[in-house]
Amino acid sequence: MSTLSRADVARLAALARIDMSDSDLDRLSGQIAAIVDAVALVSEVAGQDVPATSHPIPMSNVHRADEVRPSLAPADALAAAPEAEDGRFRVPRILGEEA
Amino acid sequence: MTAATHLVGYDDAMKAFDPVFGIEVHVELNTKTKMFCGCENTFGNEPNTQVCPVCLGLPGSMPVTNEKAVESAIRLGLALGCSIRESSRFARKNYFYPDLAKDYQISQYDEPTSYEGELEVVLDDGTVVMIGIERAHMEEDAGKNTHVGGTGGIQGASHSLVDYNRGGVPLVEIVTKPIEGMGERTAEVARAYVATIRDIVRALGISDGRMEQGRLRADVNLSLRPKAADGEDQSAVPFGKRSETKNINSLRAVERSIHYEAGRQAALLLAGQPVVQETRHWHEDTSSTTPGRSKEEAEEYRYFPEPDLLPVEPSREWIEELRATLPEHPAKMRARLREEWGFSDLEMRDAVAADALTLIADTVAAGAAPQAARKWWMGELARTANEQDVTLPELPVTPAHIAELQRLVDEGKINDKLARQALEGVLAGEGSPAEVVASRGLEVVSDDSALEAAVDDALASQPEVLDKIREGKVQAAGAIVGAVMKATRGQADAGRVREIILARAGVEG
Repeated sequence: MSTLSRADVARLAALARIDMSDSDLDRLSGQIAAIVDAVALVSEVAGQDVPATSHPIPMSNVHRADEVRPSLAPADALAAAPEAEDGRFRVPRILGEEA
Repeated sequence: MTAATHLVGYDDAMKAFDPVFGIEVHVELNTKTKMFCGCENTFGNEPNTQVCPVCLGLPGSMPVTNEKAVESAIRLGLALGCSIRESSRFARKNYFYPDLAKDYQISQYDEPTSYEGELEVVLDDGTVVMIGIERAHMEEDAGKNTHVGGTGGIQGASHSLVDYNRGGVPLVEIVTKPIEGMGERTAEVARAYVATIRDIVRALGISDGRMEQGRLRADVNLSLRPKAADGEDQSAVPFGKRSETKNINSLRAVERSIHYEAGRQAALLLAGQPVVQETRHWHEDTSSTTPGRSKEEAEEYRYFPEPDLLPVEPSREWIEELRATLPEHPAKMRARLREEWGFSDLEMRDAVAADALTLIADTVAAGAAPQAARKWWMGELARTANEQDVTLPELPVTPAHIAELQRLVDEGKINDKLARQALEGVLAGEGSPAEVVASRGLEVVSDDSALEAAVDDALASQPEVLDKIREGKVQAAGAIVGAVMKATRGQADAGRVREIILARAGVEG
C-alpha cells in the first residue's frame, strides 16, 4: 500500500534542499515508504469518533502577556552568522525572485 | 518587453471579458511585542536590535503566542463578519528564503481563527457592494532583505543583507472569496475594499494601516473569462487562469495594477495565447508587473501542524466581550457624522482623505462646534502638516487643545488672528492654548477704559468720522476700528470698539 514513489521522495528532497544521489534515492525511497506506511496504520484504528489531533497533551490557550522583554545585543545576534555586514546577516545573492 | 506585453486598454478588456478577482490583505498588528516572543514590535530601529533566539529560529527556542495579538485577530475577524473557530491551530509553512530565519513561517492552514465573513464596501457614488471573506488567519512577518551591488535591485546584486527586526511581527492575513460580476468597476471595487479594511483596522485600533510603510499590503488575484452568450449564466463559465500581483503598497496601486493586469491578460487572450498562472511583482515606477516565481514551485509549502504551539480556543464569553468592543462600520460612521455635523459631501471627503475624521470627532466631543473643528484641522493645521511633511495625527496638538482654543475665541478672549498665534505657540511646545495666551500676552483688550482711550486717540486725528456716522454712514467707523486694532497690535475686541465709537457718535449700535 505504499503511496510514496521514488519520484515523490526525489521531489521532497529537492524541496527540503537535501542533495540525494541516485543510489541514495534507490536505498532510501523504499525505507521512507515503509515508515510512511507504518505511520499510516494509525488511520486503520482511528474511527470517525476520534478527532484529529496535532498535539499529544490536552492543553490549549497558553499565551503570554504583550510585555516587552530584552532582545539580544546585536553582536550576540550576529555571533553565529557565517558572515555579517553593517549589523546585518550577509547572505549570497538571491536568484530567481524579487524580495 | 516582448510582444505579449502589448496592452489592451482597461475599458476594452472589460468589454471583451468578464473579470474575476480576489484580494489577500496582510495587516501588521500594533502590539507592543512580536507574535511569538517578547521582542519589541516597533518600526525603523537599527538592524537586528529587536531579535532573540525565538525570532531568529535558534535551536532549542520555543514560541509562545501573544495574547493581545490573538485578541486583535479575533476582533478583526468579528469586524469582518466572520465566525470565530472554537479551536484553531498554527501550522508551519515551509520554504527557503533568507528573510525567513527558521526556514518556515508560522501561519494557520486548515484551521484559521476566522472564517466565512462578509464585508460591506461603499463606493464613492454610494453604491454598496458586499465582499465575501473566505478567512482571516494569524501569522508572522518575515525580515527585510537589502540587496547590495548592482542598482540596488535583486538583479545584478553581489549579495544581500538581512535585518530580522520585522521577523515575527504579528500579521493577520485576510482572504476574500472570488469576487465576480463587477465588470468595469473591478478596479474601483478592489481599491474601495482595501480602503475599507484600512479604515476598519484603524477604527479597531489594532494597526495604523499605513500602506506606504508596509503595515498593510495587498496581493491582488485577477483572471479574465469569456463573456457568457446572451441568455446564459455568466457564473457557469469557468474561471480563467489567474495572476497574483504581490505586495501592492498603496490604494492607487491596487487600482492601477488591476488596470495593467487586465490589459495584459486581455492582450494575450485576444492573441490566442494562454495566461500563465503565476505570481507577479508590481513596479510603482513603470505602473506595470513582471513575472515572479511560478505557482507550481511556490505552492509546495508542505504545511503541517506546528508542534511547538498549542491550539487557540477562545471561550464564547471572551468572543462576546470582544464583539462588544467593535467600532461602528467606517462607512456608516461617516454617513452618521456627515448628518450630525452638517458637512457637505466635499467637506466630508476632504476630511476623510486628510485622516482628520477622528481628530474632528474628538474635538467636537471636547466641546467645539463641528464647523469650527473642521476649520482648524482642515485649514491652519492641514497647512502646517503639509509644510512639515507629516500627517495630521502626528502634529504635536490634540483635539482637546483645539477645543480649548475655539472656546477662547467663542468667549471673546482672543480673536481669530490671536488664535492663530496661540496655535503657533502650542505647536512650538509652549503649552496649552490658555497657557500660550497668558505667556505671550495674547488676550484681547476688552477693558473699556483702555479701549475708550484708544478710540478717543483715533478720533482726535479723524474727528470727521463722527459726523459721517451721524449722517448714517455707519461703515465709516471702520477706519477708527482699524486704527484702534493697529494701536493695540490686534488685541482689541473689534466688536466692543465699534460699540464705543457708535456711543461717541450718539448712535445706537
